[in-house]
Amino acid sequence: MTTVLRYGDSAVLVEVDDVLGLQAACEADPPAGLVELVPAARTLLVQFDPARTDVATISRALTDLSIVERPVGEADEVTLPVRYDGADLAEVAEASGLDVDEVVRRHSSTTYVAAFCGFAPGFAYLTGLDPALHLPRRSTPRTRVPAGAVAVAGEYTAVYPHPSPGGWHLLGHTDAPVWDVDRPRPNLLAPGTRVRFEVLG
Amino acid sequence: MTGKVEVLAPGPFATVQDLGRSGYAAVGVGRSGAADRGALKLANRLVGNPETHAALEVTLGGLRMRTSEHATVAITGAAVPVRAGGRAMATHAPIVLRPGDELELGMAQQGLRSYVAVRGGFDVEPVLGARATDTLGRLGPPPLVAGMTLPVGRRVAGWPATDLAPQRQAFAEPVLRLRPGPRLEWFTGSALSTLTGGGYTVTSELDRVGVRFTGPALTRARTGELPPEAARPGALQVPPSGVPILFLADHPVTGGYPVAAVVAEADLDVAAQLRPGQRVRFTLRDRTRAG
Repeated sequence: MTTVLRYGDSAVLVEVDDVLGLQAACEADPPAGLVELVPAARTLLVQFDPARTDVATISRALTDLSIVERPVGEADEVTLPVRYDGADLAEVAEASGLDVDEVVRRHSSTTYVAAFCGFAPGFAYLTGLDPALHLPRRSTPRTRVPAGAVAVAGEYTAVYPHPSPGGWHLLGHTDAPVWDVDRPRPNLLAPGTRVRFEVLG
Repeated sequence: MTGKVEVLAPGPFATVQDLGRSGYAAVGVGRSGAADRGALKLANRLVGNPETHAALEVTLGGLRMRTSEHATVAITGAAVPVRAGGRAMATHAPIVLRPGDELELGMAQQGLRSYVAVRGGFDVEPVLGARATDTLGRLGPPPLVAGMTLPVGRRVAGWPATDLAPQRQAFAEPVLRLRPGPRLEWFTGSALSTLTGGGYTVTSELDRVGVRFTGPALTRARTGELPPEAARPGALQVPPSGVPILFLADHPVTGGYPVAAVVAEADLDVAAQLRPGQRVRFTLRDRTRAG
């Protein structure tokens, strides 16, 4: 099931169950005029060149594509050491009806999978968060969250790669360099990477 | 020998910008680049550069710089007083600087962002294929500070062919044309008429990421959280307050709030010149021309 929503002059947003499958299909058989694809949680943004195609044509091409099964490769696994000293730890414990130690235990005892990147360079949305820790974002986002902050919001956990504004709940921080533009592959947590958090003293 | 430019004063905020980077959105890297792309391209054309060369994006004015060699520069975008080697000069026209001449921008009288191109381009080190400073993503050259030296490149497209380019007309109350956004249905039926009702004023919370307004709040028809999805320049993203935020060049690659409407791409350069305190009018884009 796919729904195509217009997004401005040169993009459509496709709601689809298998986002990465549709992305693979677009890469295997690119619709005419395709410029760039941006996968997210439930949608794939398809940016097109309005000089070469239009919304109706590319929408038809997208709904006609057959989803491609993505090969399950040897996924990288990364372990990130975390100090659970975040500003929102007590608040998260209270909102989830757990004590702080239990929040830390649940957050650090799961293997997560990087589903997609967004928000900022190298900011990977990690799936697999314990449902007890699913909380809506803070009603007032912080104007500055420090680099390395380990945070949760909704069904995701993430590491802020840079100091930035942010509305997620801060559980702790890691010194692991999740983004380094001088590396051949700047982002440590590419989609598909398995991620574990290790409690530091 | 390649010349260089010494920054004597950056003004309130100035960066190096080109037309940005594409192809990295899936790892969270947005396009960035000049907020007013048309002004950057024009400044480059005025000095005989390819449109893609890097220039300086100067916020509000206040930049002072000096060249080591003869250099041809041009300033576009905001209406700003310019002096070169002590003489008053016009914007939107090539200016020849002699070695040691100081170029000085006053405070912008209309518009917000000026673009200073130099013949040959500012040849700073590219990052992920672009010389754009992404202020949110922290990519590219750092914002300008006094004492910084910027290398000038040598690649040009031809000789400057124009003495003076027309300046975009500035309006006290700029008009931005909207299309319905992908998540308009998350709002009540009056959302578009609220947006086009004329009640929005630009606040001082304005940077390369986006513009915040004061004005009437949109009412949600759907509660709950939107899973994160890709954002675009021009998006009017609506946070829980209900008052839209307009995304500019350094917007986050994905956003978590529903997008009620999208500013036409042709009007994004106008949006990049909005000043704090200015009133802005949103209109629905003419459907017959929308295609």
